Amino acid sequence: MKLSGAVVDISKVDTRFLRKLARELGSSNLSKCFQCGVCVASCPVRWIEAEFNPRRIMKLAKLGLKDLVLQNDFIWLCSMCFMCQERCPQDVRPPEVMTVLRNIAAEEGIAPPNLMKLVDMLSENGRVYPIDDFIEDERADKGLPEVVAKPDFIMKIAEAGK
Amino acid sequence: MKYAVFLGCTIPSRQINYEQSSRAVAKSLGIELVDVGFGCCGFPIEPIDQVKAISMAAMNLKKGEEARLDVVALCPACGEMLMKAADILGKDETTVKNVNNLLSKHVGSEYRGENPRVIHFARMLYEDFGTDKIKNLVKHPLTGLKIATHPGCHYVRPSSLNEGFDDPEFPHSLDELVEATGAESVDYINKNYCCGGSILAVREGVAKAMARKKLEVLTEVGVDALVLICPFCGIMYDRYQKLMNTELERKFNIPILYYPQLLGIALGIDPEELGFDVNSISVSGLLEKVGV
Ligand code: SF4
Ligand code: SF4
Repeated sequence: MKLSGAVVDISKVDTRFLRKLARELGSSNLSKCFQCGVCVASCPVRWIEAEFNPRRIMKLAKLGLKDLVLQNDFIWLCSMCFMCQERCPQDVRPPEVMTVLRNIAAEEGIAPPNLMKLVDMLSENGRVYPIDDFIEDERADKGLPEVVAKPDFIMKIAEAGK
Repeated sequence: MKYAVFLGCTIPSRQINYEQSSRAVAKSLGIELVDVGFGCCGFPIEPIDQVKAISMAAMNLKKGEEARLDVVALCPACGEMLMKAADILGKDETTVKNVNNLLSKHVGSEYRGENPRVIHFARMLYEDFGTDKIKNLVKHPLTGLKIATHPGCHYVRPSSLNEGFDDPEFPHSLDELVEATGAESVDYINKNYCCGGSILAVREGVAKAMARKKLEVLTEVGVDALVLICPFCGIMYDRYQKLMNTELERKFNIPILYYPQLLGIALGIDPEELGFDVNSISVSGLLEKVGV
């Protein structure tokens, strides 16, 4: 039996990471995760990609094994569908944990470039998909009302601290 | 009935068939949709920076409250983001502090507990308008159409934000809305599964495989159309169905309709006003079948 996926080296515990998690986790209950695997059984991403394992992500995060949590793109593969959140017997709220883990990874600059780009898009256009002349014409043709092309409050928030 | 309509980023630029049909249906039902200058809900950058995302949502909540209107979102992810932000801001003082630091410094504004009612367009039709009233207004019953519904993820989940509405495991409101048009809503396996849209930017292959699974199931079941209420689901099942047809040996042919497009036909609205020209998979066969 292959155990390499299940055995972890806890000498690599990152206590700063654990403290940060504790601060940021809000209403999720990571510490209560008892590794039942209901999240895995509920997961539509897991259905397609057998390597994606929310139970294991919860385990590694709970143990403070930051490097192992962030060593691949798994935390970014959760589609935020909330199936596991509905069914988790411990109210762990895995998708909320994923968001906290993603924010930590992004702070360290290890987020998928496609997602990082969205912040730039929002600071440049106030929209994820810009409303250009072509779209404005198409909207007018169809009798759709004008929308604010570049909402400036969004641009300012996206730009903050950059 | 009057609502502030929340379009988000994707619909007014990429899925204007959803917007066009929703506005046409609302007009036909006597529901007024007002534009109050909303911007991005924040959802797309939540994975990168949740404080910024909640700040964006907070500004939108303020705009809804200033307009003194309930907010109707066409995109379930936008709706969920706004509801979640209001929920977190109502509970978590640290987030309120962080958000207000950002807003006062960069936007010259502050969140002060603004919390307008936010609901999805389909929920508004179901709860506020009502399926009985819809049935009475149907001019062109869609009898004989076999429809599969795809409720998607953020319409009913998480249930903690949707207390008292529908069922997170077996949602039925969209099916009832479909049946109000005279069509039949058929059951199929893993109906409540995700389209994959939100991981398209991370791993396209996985996202496409998720969408393909449902299209395979629906091809087996044999349906006239898949009806949905989310622009990401629309992109995955409609645009990517067409794209996958050029890549795969197996060709799919499942028309994808936004619910307001289906309802629009039943209400007797001119199909020209329902944006079918934007649909990637042709709906002409379906329109022929129902005789419009
Ligand atoms: S997150 Fe919940 S469902 Fe998943 S293993 Fe932990 S307790 Fe079980
Ligand atoms: S929320 Fe994420 S981990 Fe949970 S079932 Fe959905 S995709 Fe899987």
